[in-house]
Amino acid sequence: MLTGLAFVAPSLLLFSIWIFYPLVRSVYLSFHANDLFGRPANFVGLDQYQQLFTSPNLRETIFRTAVFTVLTVVPALVLGTVIALALQARIAGIGIFRTLLATPFAFSVATASVIFQIFFNPGVGVFNGILNFFHVLPVGWLTNPATALASVAVATVWLQLGYNVLVLSSGLQGIPEEIYEAARLDGARGFRLAFRITLPMLTPTLFFLLVVSTITALQSFGQIHILTRGGPAGATTTLVYSLYLNAFAFGSTNYGLASAMALVLFFIVIAVTAIQFGVLERRVFYR
Amino acid sequence: MKPKPAAAAASYTLLAALAFVMLFPLLYAISGSLMTAREISTYPPAFLPSQPQLSNFVDVLNALPIPRQYLNSMVVATCVMVGQLATSILSAYAFAFLRMPLRNLIFGIFLATMMVPWEAIIIPNYLTMAQYHLINSYPALILPFLAAGFGTFLLRQFFLSFPKDLYEAAVIDGSGHLRFLWSILLPLSRPALAALAIWSFLSAWNQFLWPLLVVNRDEMQTLQIGISRLQDVEAGTAPNFILAGTVLALVPTLLLIYFGQRHIVRGLTAGALRG
Repeated sequence: MLTGLAFVAPSLLLFSIWIFYPLVRSVYLSFHANDLFGRPANFVGLDQYQQLFTSPNLRETIFRTAVFTVLTVVPALVLGTVIALALQARIAGIGIFRTLLATPFAFSVATASVIFQIFFNPGVGVFNGILNFFHVLPVGWLTNPATALASVAVATVWLQLGYNVLVLSSGLQGIPEEIYEAARLDGARGFRLAFRITLPMLTPTLFFLLVVSTITALQSFGQIHILTRGGPAGATTTLVYSLYLNAFAFGSTNYGLASAMALVLFFIVIAVTAIQFGVLERRVFYR
Repeated sequence: MKPKPAAAAASYTLLAALAFVMLFPLLYAISGSLMTAREISTYPPAFLPSQPQLSNFVDVLNALPIPRQYLNSMVVATCVMVGQLATSILSAYAFAFLRMPLRNLIFGIFLATMMVPWEAIIIPNYLTMAQYHLINSYPALILPFLAAGFGTFLLRQFFLSFPKDLYEAAVIDGSGHLRFLWSILLPLSRPALAALAIWSFLSAWNQFLWPLLVVNRDEMQTLQIGISRLQDVEAGTAPNFILAGTVLALVPTLLLIYFGQRHIVRGLTAGALRG
């Protein structure tokens, strides 16, 4: 009986130190204001949470986080599905395409952002090069508050696509051939086949990806840090980036408010996960 | 059903176009890393180097912190990988084969760890590192990632696919748990171990926020932060130089993606770790 506990003990010990204790400490920190050295000073209860939801600045941050999430998750799902469907073609050498199209998965947020930073360069960048070809005036992709968030989202979509393509391809390959054969015998072809058979059978995969990539998008940090530092004028400051700015940037040590943000993030992630297990999963088509 | 030649041609055209767009950042990085500073800044932009040259790579490797940061990333990612394999093998074995009190509750705790976003607990963990004077050290970069609910879950699923008889025969045979694990179970579990090894290495290699926080000395920093700073170090650093550093950082992960893809797919839906 005790052997089993001994085998799980190393993991449990590490989880306690690096996950469960920090979670409790985050709650403690979020209930306290800080002195100048970042030490918890006086107990303020839920004040920081109240500040989080009433300060117009922070409400905007939460709204911006939601916009960024939609701007990255939806295009990455749609494009991922298109690519995965194209990879279903039964042609020689399809394995090579399947391998190549997963390439973004090899990129870290840093490597992808460094390359996209060059692409977004107003002078020599590829994006303005394309605009110039069509005689459109250059755009300050990352320096214009109107385009900065969408530009960071473009880099994020590309980065997420590798994972999405891998997941959706394996989802499509899991659809049994007999179902297609039966539908073809009934006269279904082309789009009808895609919308009546393929997509319904793919919904569990799409739904899994929706949840996972929403959580990933909510946690985005590196691309914002490298491409815009949360600017211009806060136009790309999401919840996680705001957390970083409050707790760590420019000698700031507002651990209390930042911890309140951390816990809001935690509850959003739990809620998204709960939706996966609870409400929506029943409506999704399962074999 | 064999597609008609026209349909096959259409498929090839579509896939080639998609592959070009998806691979463009990589192709651009490789191409740019082989250009001179002047060539990459010409207008209209050149897409292929007229005279490919490797001097950028030599320059990047001579730019002081980069080789050391490469080594740091290798050390950190390898330690995280080995640690996660060790802790996950033990706990997955317990969940798959051993009887223990509160097994379901403990397994629930393991699953719950996967739902906690790392960013949500980063402040207390940073404070712990500062408190124990571990800022700018390998332990700071490695310790928090030595156990993973994901790894345990992945390996447990694989272990459960073995017949119970395998375990019972070994117990009757008198071999202890560790011996059964080492000489029978692990050799049979190579595909799942490879999947976990690749996933844990990739996630550790690609980390960004955590090393940014717990390291502030260049020579202890990881490669990911290093290449993101090439731009800041010398204002106006030419893109060719930055791209050479980026390509070097991509070599290990590209090799893993291209040659280990079937293993990666195994770990796909067991959980997501990225960031």
